[in-house]
Amino acid sequence: MSPFCCSVTFLGANAMKNLVTLLSGLLFGFGLLLSGMANPAKVQNFLDLFGTWDPSLAFVMGGAIAVTMPGFWLFTRRSKPFFNTVFHLPTRTDFDMRLIAGSAIFGIGWGLGGFCPGPAVTALPLAAKGTLIFVATMLTGMAASKYVLNRQDNRA
Amino acid sequence: MGPTMQTEFTPFLSLLGGGLVGASAVLLMATHGRIAGISGILSRILPPASKDQSLPQGLIFLIGLLLAAPIWVVLNGQAPLQTVSNNLPLLALAGVLVGFGSVLGNGCTSGHGVCGISRLSGRSIVATLTFMSTGFVAVLLLRHVFGG
Repeated sequence: MSPFCCSVTFLGANAMKNLVTLLSGLLFGFGLLLSGMANPAKVQNFLDLFGTWDPSLAFVMGGAIAVTMPGFWLFTRRSKPFFNTVFHLPTRTDFDMRLIAGSAIFGIGWGLGGFCPGPAVTALPLAAKGTLIFVATMLTGMAASKYVLNRQDNRA
Repeated sequence: MGPTMQTEFTPFLSLLGGGLVGASAVLLMATHGRIAGISGILSRILPPASKDQSLPQGLIFLIGLLLAAPIWVVLNGQAPLQTVSNNLPLLALAGVLVGFGSVLGNGCTSGHGVCGISRLSGRSIVATLTFMSTGFVAVLLLRHVFGG
């Protein structure tokens, strides 16, 4: 018996599953904090090529992809994930207006605020006024987008 | 307008932090078979309700994300370095655009930028190039055209 098997039996499969999910959230947040991406000034400086340029974000993306690419390749070759029956991988390959327009709108907001969803949630407990406002309107924007898309899908 | 200020170039810490983000994405894929896309995880918990079974796991992931900064403060004895603009109307607008756009475009920096590019998804590569470009234009206008 490996230690992994024993701890599964000890905690129960569900507790183990939840613990791993919690750990991935923590790891994601620590990564963002360590990388400086939870600091909107640093993100905006990456996008400010003609001003106070800070190339750090390219290293964050590089570091993340350097781990994710081989990791995904290795684990998605298995028949199924450890705690699930199937891999939920996106299958679409078409380029539609929703993808382009949505990404364009997202990018404008990202530039104006210096926050994207992950760093904004991570920075939320630090409770800067701007972060609180940003997260509140971001969630509103998400719900609005979902509502509009649901209505469109129902009409189609 | 936006605070124009120098930030220190941190290649080593940023690479390491990025690696941790990647490790989290791999862990989630290996165990749950899910993409670590924060806009997707957030939008699934919001109304209108969707019939997605990943909801409780998404909530647990978000709790982990929210615990990171408090634990950081306890371990380091100080808050992580952060400068958030005091221009609240601007941040309110930015939030709406980020929220609306990321759901419309099926992903953000994590889902498209990290996970999608790692899967060599054409859609994610196009999405990432698009939001990088408009982000660059937004900062250019904010700092050098209207704010300059």
